[in-house]
Amino acid sequence: MLLPLHVEALVKRFGRTRAVDGVTLEVRNGECLGLLGPNGAGKSTLIRSIAGRVIPDSGRIAIFGAPAGSGAARDSLGWIPQELALYPRLTCRENLASFGRYNGLGGEDLDRNVAQCLKWATLSDRAGDLVKNLSGGMKRRLNMAAGLIHRPKLVLMDEPTVGVDPQSRNHIFEMIEQLRREGVSIIYTTHYMEEAERLCDRIAIIDHGKIIADGTNTELVRSAFGSRSEVIAHFTGAPELIATWVAGHGGQAVDGEAQFSIDHPSAIGALLDAAAQAGLDVADVALRKPNLESVFLQLTGRELRD
Amino acid sequence: MISAIIRTAMVSLRRDRGALALAFVVPVVFFSIFAVIFGGQRDTTPKVAVILVDEDHSRASQRLIEGFQREGSLNVKTRPDAARGVEQPEYTAASAETAVKSGIAPVALIVPRGFGDNPISFGAGADRSRVQMLEDQSDMVAPQVVAGLLQKVAMTSMPDLMAEQGYQYFDRFAGLTPEQRERIDRSMTTLRALEQDGTIARAADGGLISVARRSVVGEKKNNPMVSFYAAAIGVMFLLFTSTGAAGSLLDEAESGTLDRVLSSRVTMTRLLIGKLTYNTLLGFSQLTLMFVWGWAVFKLDFWSHIPGFVVMGVITSIAVGAFGILLASVSSTRAQLGALSTLLVLVMSAIGGSMFPRYLMPEKMQKAGLATINAWAIDGFTKVFWRDEPVSHLWPQVLVLAGVAVVLFAIARRLARRWEYA
Repeated sequence: MLLPLHVEALVKRFGRTRAVDGVTLEVRNGECLGLLGPNGAGKSTLIRSIAGRVIPDSGRIAIFGAPAGSGAARDSLGWIPQELALYPRLTCRENLASFGRYNGLGGEDLDRNVAQCLKWATLSDRAGDLVKNLSGGMKRRLNMAAGLIHRPKLVLMDEPTVGVDPQSRNHIFEMIEQLRREGVSIIYTTHYMEEAERLCDRIAIIDHGKIIADGTNTELVRSAFGSRSEVIAHFTGAPELIATWVAGHGGQAVDGEAQFSIDHPSAIGALLDAAAQAGLDVADVALRKPNLESVFLQLTGRELRD
Repeated sequence: MISAIIRTAMVSLRRDRGALALAFVVPVVFFSIFAVIFGGQRDTTPKVAVILVDEDHSRASQRLIEGFQREGSLNVKTRPDAARGVEQPEYTAASAETAVKSGIAPVALIVPRGFGDNPISFGAGADRSRVQMLEDQSDMVAPQVVAGLLQKVAMTSMPDLMAEQGYQYFDRFAGLTPEQRERIDRSMTTLRALEQDGTIARAADGGLISVARRSVVGEKKNNPMVSFYAAAIGVMFLLFTSTGAAGSLLDEAESGTLDRVLSSRVTMTRLLIGKLTYNTLLGFSQLTLMFVWGWAVFKLDFWSHIPGFVVMGVITSIAVGAFGILLASVSSTRAQLGALSTLLVLVMSAIGGSMFPRYLMPEKMQKAGLATINAWAIDGFTKVFWRDEPVSHLWPQVLVLAGVAVVLFAIARRLARRWEYA
């Protein structure tokens, strides 16, 4: 059976920058793959390459066996860009019908798909409203519906929840979960780790154009931290003294808090005793199991990227 | 605080090339165009083309024609331009009329047989030899200029004939003694000698040449300039509308819609052809509205010129549509497109004849106008509505505008590759 997506040794350069540097990736049938990475890591170039909008310098992209950008690949692929790529002076129905026609639909098929997409996006009662008059959440949902108007089997979702309120975000999650129940394969890019944890079967982390980690959420945490836990502590006292002591005990001082990695929760007592002997007062202390965000920061670092 | 506001505005203006061009380039360019057309460049004042036909071949008619040829403000044609190096025969009354109808010259003067027997006339006597003046009313200036110059040339180029004619009138109606006749004949001989050696001043006064004026183009038109301005203004606004409509490409590129469209089955070539077709339909509708309005309100004879209107309307709209898409392809932002299109459309309209007829312009500017869509479109519409020429005569305009459309569209398609792939 053909894979929804197979990317092999993909390279794309812009001048001297290798935006995508030998990426190999696959998406299985019915799978939701989370694609995470800091700004400028190469996510957008990779997504646009899959959508056929960027021509790679080398490597191969196959969508259900068809080369990216080919007619068959376009028919199988839905793209939901981060921007609200809609016609503001057209109604919801007119927008969906336009994108349906661009994808070769017509007649009853078009009418049926428009009605289904409106229902999926909970916009049936706003079908005749101009897009420019919709709320931010409605526009986001319509933006998603426009990418699905031709019923693709593989969907690229580029940060579909940017700028929406928690209610709309939750609604969008339900829409995506409905798609997953229908067997649609998804590539989902986001900066919200909890979204990836909730929605994605598998997560790939990309940085500097390379895939630096790939696996389920549990696999990624285990791979990065094993069975270790994080201790977060706040001390009162001279910052220089705190920083020196934290570094001397294998921790990191970040934004006024000290972070330590311990093998077992019982090790926390010894750590606090050592702090007291060094003359540091503990304001508060917390034990945290590592999560996807911990993995992400561990792998990509904490420096700003933009 | 106020100085901070001014500083912010000035910095913004400095970084907005479009606004800078509108503020400082467009006014200067426009001023220069108007100054060249109407102002101090006297050495390039347009010459009035006039066709002269000498049917008389008398001394008087030759002197009259020579007088016209000495007029610096006239471009006198006595025969058509040489074709492939072969000199053409002199104009006849019939060929001169055809030439005026086809717009080669706005005026033709025909000096009839017998003119030399009686070159000037006083009153409406039977012996009047009337010079025929054939006019094209679409040029409101040239016939007036030529009519005035005809009298002036008669006065200045053949004073001896004037005097001789005057004394013959006097002799016929009042009578002269033989002695008086002899003295006058002696004076006339002296006068002819002075005229022949150029001693005589070329400024004289008095005398009349009888002229029969006839419009050979537009004589049945209700309002001579309506069709001109319907086309002229129509094309100018077509250019504005087309660039505005093509600007949707930039909106779509900015919003990401273009990316989404191009990830569907729509290719860039199909997208641009779709935009061009839309621009053409929009432009044709706009022109139709202009001409129907001209018919309804200004009695423009629209309905009997439908085939010619459709041909010129469609080809003009295609050329203008391609122009709009090219400008959108060149521009990076809507603001840039706005500034660029305002500058180009106003300049094209000024030198292309959308604001005032090109025959008012210096010859060099008239030629420069041929580089604009406006000039070719207006010429075509003038052929249809003014000269009542058949559709087959529109081939030069159709060919040029079609060529312009193809070239502009091809360049736009090439430039649009920046949106196509990265």
